[in-house]
Amino acid sequence: MSDDTSLNLTRRQFLGTSSALAGLAIAPGVFLTKVAHAGDTEAATDKNRWGMLIDTSKCATGCNECVTACNKENGISGTHGPATDAQWIRKVTLTDKQTGYVQSLPLMCQHCANPPCVDVCPTGASMKRADGIVLVDKHICIGCRYCMMACPYKARSFIHEVLEEQKAVAPRGKGTVESCTMCVQRVDANRGEADKSKHVDPACVEACNASGHKAMWFGDLKDPDSEIATELKKHGGQQLRADLQLNTGVRYQGIT
Amino acid sequence: MMQNSRLLQSLLTMAVLALWASITVAEVTGPTIPKAKEMANPDTKCIKPVEDMRKNHMHYLLHQRDETLREGIREEKFKGESLKECIGCHNAPAKDGKVARVSEREHFCNACHSYAAVKIDCFDCHADKPANTEYRHPLGGAIKTSQTGFDSKQLLNQPTLDPVAAKEDKKP
Repeated sequence: MSDDTSLNLTRRQFLGTSSALAGLAIAPGVFLTKVAHAGDTEAATDKNRWGMLIDTSKCATGCNECVTACNKENGISGTHGPATDAQWIRKVTLTDKQTGYVQSLPLMCQHCANPPCVDVCPTGASMKRADGIVLVDKHICIGCRYCMMACPYKARSFIHEVLEEQKAVAPRGKGTVESCTMCVQRVDANRGEADKSKHVDPACVEACNASGHKAMWFGDLKDPDSEIATELKKHGGQQLRADLQLNTGVRYQGIT
Repeated sequence: MMQNSRLLQSLLTMAVLALWASITVAEVTGPTIPKAKEMANPDTKCIKPVEDMRKNHMHYLLHQRDETLREGIREEKFKGESLKECIGCHNAPAKDGKVARVSEREHFCNACHSYAAVKIDCFDCHADKPANTEYRHPLGGAIKTSQTGFDSKQLLNQPTLDPVAAKEDKKP
């Protein structure tokens, strides 16, 4: 054991002691001192609620840009065909049988404020973050798939096969359930970035904008100045299966 | 007389066995642990002392994963402490540019885990190689105690982890 190491450890012990003192709580959850940095050094709070708005009149039939971008960002690739492949976002085509009017829209996890998938989860793996993003904690997911049954949007997928080549930002594996994370890695990166012009949208929204359709908005539903909140205030937005009173974070315009 | 010779015989057998065992033990070598991309600077060391990391890395990772996933506390606070950061620096490409997979002995995690016969399932889901092979995490900056419960000091106070105490023990 070199002297350097023991010095280092003494310093470390000192730091440990001092930070333990600094971390003394005056009440549960209330600390005397806190790290001053904003962003992803601190927990996501309910000051934000992340949401999306989709204008189906701008969403082009046959366009699959959002799905492709999602698959690329999160490392989703097919294994044994559509019956079992994971699908975080999919395109749905609606045809009005009376008039023949066809419209197309992307469908993914609706990030409900009252998510049924969280209600039914026996282990607590299916969870909603403070900022409204609904996720699966795959560390404790047992793959029972109750959440898949409970979800009225069929938004979740089960991984049947051993996976390889996962992305570092999106861990995925056999025996667990998964769904759209609203690109939570990007959301957290945004929280760490003070300059709003450098904020990035989820992959699907980014791709939709890049393709020129501009049918999707992403933003903070609780921030009255955000683009999504302004648009919702101006033109409104519809929840899918609003009768279920799930208060979805993803809203749609133009569904007739 | 008969008893004495039996005793002698068993003692002799034990001595031979002990000798054989000591030779065998001497022949066993530890796992070959692949080097990180860059050796830590002597002033900063790595993010934590090697002894600490060897014994406690699983506690750090376990604690960190919940805060990251459930609360969204990511890179800044745990700079260097996340699994992604371990892999980013320690699972360095070999000279031929090949990055070891977790199934291979050359993989940083598997080098020890296959030796110790401890099966880990981290890489059933997590990427076992760095997204960017050029990436190096900053050294010496991540020594922090979490605000929300886990106290690494408790672990460090265990006698085996205290190099000062260990040194004193060795004194004649």
